[in-house]
Amino acid sequence: MEYEEAKTKVVEELTKKQKTKSKFYFNDLSKILEMKPREAKKIVNKLVEEGVLEYWSSGSTSMYGLKGTGKQAGAEHEG
Amino acid sequence: MAKHETPLLDQLETGPWPSFVTDLKREAESRAKNEKGIEYQIPQDVCEDLLGVLELSFKHGRTHWKHGGIVGVFGYGGGVIGRYCDQPEQFPGVAHFHTMRINQPGGKFYTTEYLKDLCDLWEFRGSGITNMHGSTGDIIFLGTTTPQLEEIFYELTHKYNQDLGGSGSNLRTPSDCIGSARCEYSCYDTQAICYTLTQEYQDELHRPAFPYKFKFKFDGCPNCCVASIARADISFIGTWRDDIRIDQEAVKAYVGQELKPNGGSHTGRDWGPFDIQKEVVDLCPTKCMKYENDKLAINNKECTRCMHCINVMPRALRIGNDRGCSLLVGAKAPILDGAQMGSLLVPFIKVEEPYDEIKEVIEAIWDWWMEEGKNRERLGELIKRQGFQKLLEMTNIKPVAQHVQEPRTNPYIFWKEDEVEGGFERDINEFRKYHQR
Repeated sequence: MEYEEAKTKVVEELTKKQKTKSKFYFNDLSKILEMKPREAKKIVNKLVEEGVLEYWSSGSTSMYGLKGTGKQAGAEHEG
Repeated sequence: MAKHETPLLDQLETGPWPSFVTDLKREAESRAKNEKGIEYQIPQDVCEDLLGVLELSFKHGRTHWKHGGIVGVFGYGGGVIGRYCDQPEQFPGVAHFHTMRINQPGGKFYTTEYLKDLCDLWEFRGSGITNMHGSTGDIIFLGTTTPQLEEIFYELTHKYNQDLGGSGSNLRTPSDCIGSARCEYSCYDTQAICYTLTQEYQDELHRPAFPYKFKFKFDGCPNCCVASIARADISFIGTWRDDIRIDQEAVKAYVGQELKPNGGSHTGRDWGPFDIQKEVVDLCPTKCMKYENDKLAINNKECTRCMHCINVMPRALRIGNDRGCSLLVGAKAPILDGAQMGSLLVPFIKVEEPYDEIKEVIEAIWDWWMEEGKNRERLGELIKRQGFQKLLEMTNIKPVAQHVQEPRTNPYIFWKEDEVEGGFERDINEFRKYHQR
């Protein structure tokens, strides 16, 4: 899959789920991309680098979300 | 006069041990005085507010921290753990109180100059409070604000040649014991492999794509000083294949009280003369030793590398010469529930640069766990869920006797139909020809 195509797919899928969820496990992303985790990682890394996605971490677990979405970004003035 | 009254915390100081409360008060005082004239980049009274919020938590019996967030440094998905106080008006100094994990030097060796540099940086841009070392092994910086994160990261990497450690669903900072640098028990160079794998797996360390945390720990010998067997997803424990080297003269010297057992430890009390039978031979877990006619003999085939005899008589007994390590997998030590020890996967592997054989095992495990592991499932749980046999298949390792705890107790390695001549289907009539009902 080309990078641009993958990007559109991820953004579309995550936007669709925006109402119920704003943070996603890495596994969810590789499922959306229909790729093996190692392959998916390359694309996910690039999406983070470009600022399409951003990391969220609890300290023990990491998740991904579309940049600027979700309650935590800004809503509680924590940025 | 302290900013907040802390009667409950003060009570903690009355115990017999050094108290973190005293430490925090001391740091609060030093920041208030600021004798060095530091231009503090985060609130000067951060330590006082920390004491205040902790006192309030004791009073309420609940936490006032919220953890987690999108804080981090650019390009890294780990190393910073966001923490916020839910009483920011009352305790503005700790409204942001993020943790940074700093990748500790191998074997936790550092110069005082290095340590001073890090501490000065942290006084200037953080709370000054550290945790040496966190359970992962990292140097932990406790408490700074979001705008300071990039600044600290820049200085660490550009000035001090120092990286952040791992947190979140990453490879966590690999940690190792002091190794052959200072310890004669060490069966391989723990620092060399720890450093090499840290460099090799930078991507795994900083960019989270695992189902959950993953830890490597390197112990030079089975004394397991970094306790890898109890908490690392892959533990590397030094061992040897040949025989324990015995210096019979030195054995005699121990027996004759010329040498102090245990390297002179436990000498605070009079335990009576050293009794090799009682203190060494009888304590061997596999009963593979005997001391007769002033000679110590070890049946090395039965030795399980418990290290007891070597620890008691280090001058007389030494690790073997054909050295390497054992790989154990699946240990975890969660705070609440579900602690699990490692299971032996590779009984012996040579630890030699460029560590290709070891990397092969690691990567095979990761491929399996990344694909099959559920979210927040540790490797040890996946092994339990899908079976040890599955792990052997995925790593291409043949089952050996060492994989089984005892014969017929945990036979988790089964024959598969295609491995059995004729499969599992039998012609019942043919069978009945020889065996009556």
